[in-house]
Order: sequence, then structure tokens, then C-alpha cells
Amino acid sequence: METVKNHFFSDMGVMLGRSMRHVFRSMDTIVTVCVTPIAMMLLFVYVFGGAIQTGMDNYVNYLLPGILLIAIASGVAYTSYRLFLDKQRGIIERFHSMPIARSSVLWGHVLTSLVSNALSLVVIILVALLMGFRSSAGLLPWLAVVGILALFTLALTWVAAIAGLSAKTVEGASAFSYPLIFLPFISSAFVPTDSMPTVVRVFAENQPVTSIVEAIRALLADQPVGNEIWTALAWCVGIMLVAYIFAIRAYKRGV
Amino acid sequence: MTNNSIQVKGLQKSYKQHQVLKGVDFEVEQGSIFALLGSNGAGKTTAVKILTTLLKPDSGSVTVNGFDVATRPDHVRQAISLTGQFAAVDEILTGRENLVMIAKLRHLKNPRQVADDMLKRFGLTDAADRRASTYSGGMRRRLDIALSIVGKPQIIFLDEPTTGLDPEARIEVWKIVKELADGGTTIFLTTQYLEEAEQLADRIAILHEGRIIANGTLQELKKLFPQAKKEYVEKQSTLEEIFLAIIGNKEAV
Repeated sequence: METVKNHFFSDMGVMLGRSMRHVFRSMDTIVTVCVTPIAMMLLFVYVFGGAIQTGMDNYVNYLLPGILLIAIASGVAYTSYRLFLDKQRGIIERFHSMPIARSSVLWGHVLTSLVSNALSLVVIILVALLMGFRSSAGLLPWLAVVGILALFTLALTWVAAIAGLSAKTVEGASAFSYPLIFLPFISSAFVPTDSMPTVVRVFAENQPVTSIVEAIRALLADQPVGNEIWTALAWCVGIMLVAYIFAIRAYKRGV
Repeated sequence: MTNNSIQVKGLQKSYKQHQVLKGVDFEVEQGSIFALLGSNGAGKTTAVKILTTLLKPDSGSVTVNGFDVATRPDHVRQAISLTGQFAAVDEILTGRENLVMIAKLRHLKNPRQVADDMLKRFGLTDAADRRASTYSGGMRRRLDIALSIVGKPQIIFLDEPTTGLDPEARIEVWKIVKELADGGTTIFLTTQYLEEAEQLADRIAILHEGRIIANGTLQELKKLFPQAKKEYVEKQSTLEEIFLAIIGNKEAV
């Protein structure tokens, strides 16, 4: 009995090429993802920043990690949107009735999310450099930062996949990202947690954004990262695994 | 080996409490055009989804191109293609890019050449490098069908291929379907347009409330409809009358 050959990698390459074309043909998706975080960065650095005591002399350095996370949280909403459209327009059904590796459809979107978010982050970091962001970190800490950001993007992308695959409307597909974008505000991303009332502080200090922000901040400042980095990694991997399981379930149920 | 491309026996499918298919049986001969006729909600799309491996049957056996859809879906997918109810083309890509993409996914040798040939065959060469979102409904449907026959699948499923098309585009689709069948491709078609089945199909099955209530050639179905005995004007019943009459009879029982 002949077996059917699996072409997972070449199929996924085709899927990646397809949705990267989508990204580049609607550059507004990258621009939109960049604009809000950059505006926020300008606002906080030049308006509020002077009044915030962070213990660091350069507020851009303090702020940037949180801004990057906000950008990722809004960027993954487009993955959700693209998945929703594919499902609604029957394109996923077309692919699934073809002799291709089924999971390549989903992984194509996930990789596209990684690439397009990376592009947005590069733009934001360039703007931050213009605003005076400086890092004394060497290659290894930078690689660690890239790794954490990639893991965080993957984790949120799988959350986005759940939303995109189970949403009934376009609005529903991207609504999940609003609380994610809000999360950094109740963390140490903008101001140190010390001045917050107890209840808020306990939440802020124990939610994922704080540990991720502090790990990235320490790495970029070439400071010892301590346990924060392990907490940060645990959050990213944990969210990713749980979201992955639910996304795959939604994927199998939906089509 | 029989020369049946599709064999369905005792097919049942429910969504939660709602039983959509209540034991469906039919066969489709290789190289023929088979039309599954039924009103909205009769279960046509559910049947197509099961035959194209998108849904799993609850019970019954479904064989497509000699392979069981439940246990050998990969082999079934090698032989089929699906054109769904809504033209599933990638609107952001151009017509050519859509075709190249599908040719690559079917792992064909020369995707660009395949795309060029299809564009020519379906009269889309002039629009080849425009985004599919700029296409008219008829062009979009043509591209959709072109995508489906990339790689020459032996069996093609068309789920309401002309719903929402203007009469001209509809006739164009009919022509394409006839050409495909003449080339030896098996066509499984669902439709709610009775004229469409009458025009195209070698065999017609009527799906009503989850069961096939009639199945045969147009001539055979016409015989099922009792002609009035004493009539001065000879009146050929249209398929529409047959359809409505059969449904009416079933409901009366």
C-alpha cells in the first residue's frame, strides 16, 4: 500500500509566503502596530517621564521593554484577523480538502506573526534610539532579549489563534487583544510598583508582564537578571503551551 | 473494483441533537455528473463536507475513489478537489499567484506554466496580475474552479457552484462543468436550482430532510411523477414539478 508523502516544510513555506504577501500588501498593518506604541513612548518620555522616578537616569531605557510588549500584544491581533478571514471565506476548507500537511496552514500564520512582529519591533527600537535609548549590553544579552520577545510573541500568537478560530465576527476576532494591551499599564512597565496600593501592587508584581519587562530591562542594561528571567520564561512557555492546546482544539473543531 | 467513484451507504451525521443526515445511500459512476438536489438546510453541504474529508461521519460507510473517507482521508484528498459554496480564492493575491500557490501545494513540477495554462483556459489572462478582490463574481468563480482543477483531480466536488451568479456567468460555469465531465472527470454537484440539475446531471438524487427520497436519471424521475390520465394537451412535467410533488408526497405520509 503506498503511503501519502508528507510535505510539511514545503507546504508551510508556501503558506508563509502567502501570508507574508498579505502583510506586505497591507503595510498599514505594520504601521498601525507601530504607531500607537511610538505615540505612547513619545507621550511618556516627553510629557509624563520627567515626573516619574524610576531609579534609572534614562526613562526611555526604562520604558522600552513595556512598549515592545504592547506592540506585540496589538500585533498579534492581525494574526487573529487573518485566521478568521481564512476560516470565514472557506480558504481553510479548500486547503484541508487538498493533500497537504494540515498543520502547515496554522503554522504559516504563526511564523508570519513572528516575522511581522519582528519588523514592527525593529521600527520601534529605531525610533527609541532616536529618542535616546542606549544599551550597554553585548551580543549574548541581546540574543536573550530576542529570545524572550520571540517566545512572548509565540505565546500571544497562539492566544490570538484561539480567538481567530473561534470568533463569530471580525470584531470578536481582535477584541481579545485589548486586555493584553492594557496589562503592561498595571505592571512595572511604566512606573515602579512601589507607589501602587497593596492590592494593585500584588497583582502588578505577580502578573507575567512585570517579570518579562524586568528581565528584558536588566538584560539591556547589562545588569544581573537574577530569577526574573526564569519567571519570565516560565510565563511565556506556560501561556504558549496552554494556548497551543486550546488553539489546536479550536482548529480541529472549527473545520 | 467497481467503476463507482463514490459509494455512500447508510451515512448518518448529527450536530448535537440535530440529525442532519439520517441514512443516506447513493453511488456515483466514474466520469459522470451527479447532482444532489435539495432545499436550503437539506444537508447537502454536510454531505459534501463528509465526502471531502472535512467532517467525519457518525456512521455508515463512505468510499471515494476506492478509499474510506474516515480511515484513509489522505488518499481521498489525493483524488479530489472541493469548490465550496463561496468562492474560496485569496483576494489579496492576484489570479496568477492564487494558481501558482495551489500548484505548489499540489507539488507540481512547473507551477508557473500550470498557472499560465489555466489562465488561458479560463479566459483570465488579461486579469492575471490583478488582485482577485477586483474580479467580478463570474471571474472569481472561474478562478475558483480553475484552482480546483489544478493537478487534474479525478473527482471534483462543486457545492452550489452557481449560487449568486448572474445568468451569463451561470451558463459559463455549466459549460466548464460539461467540458470537465467530457474529459473523464467525475463531478459531484449540489444545487438548489432545478434547471441546473436538469441541464448538467447524468443522475440526480433528491435529498430531503436527511434522506435521499429519489435517485435516478432525469427520465426515470419523470416517470415517478404520475401523469394525469385524461389530458388533451400533452404536458411534460418540469423537474421542478417532480421535485415539489415528491417532497409533498413524503410529507403527507
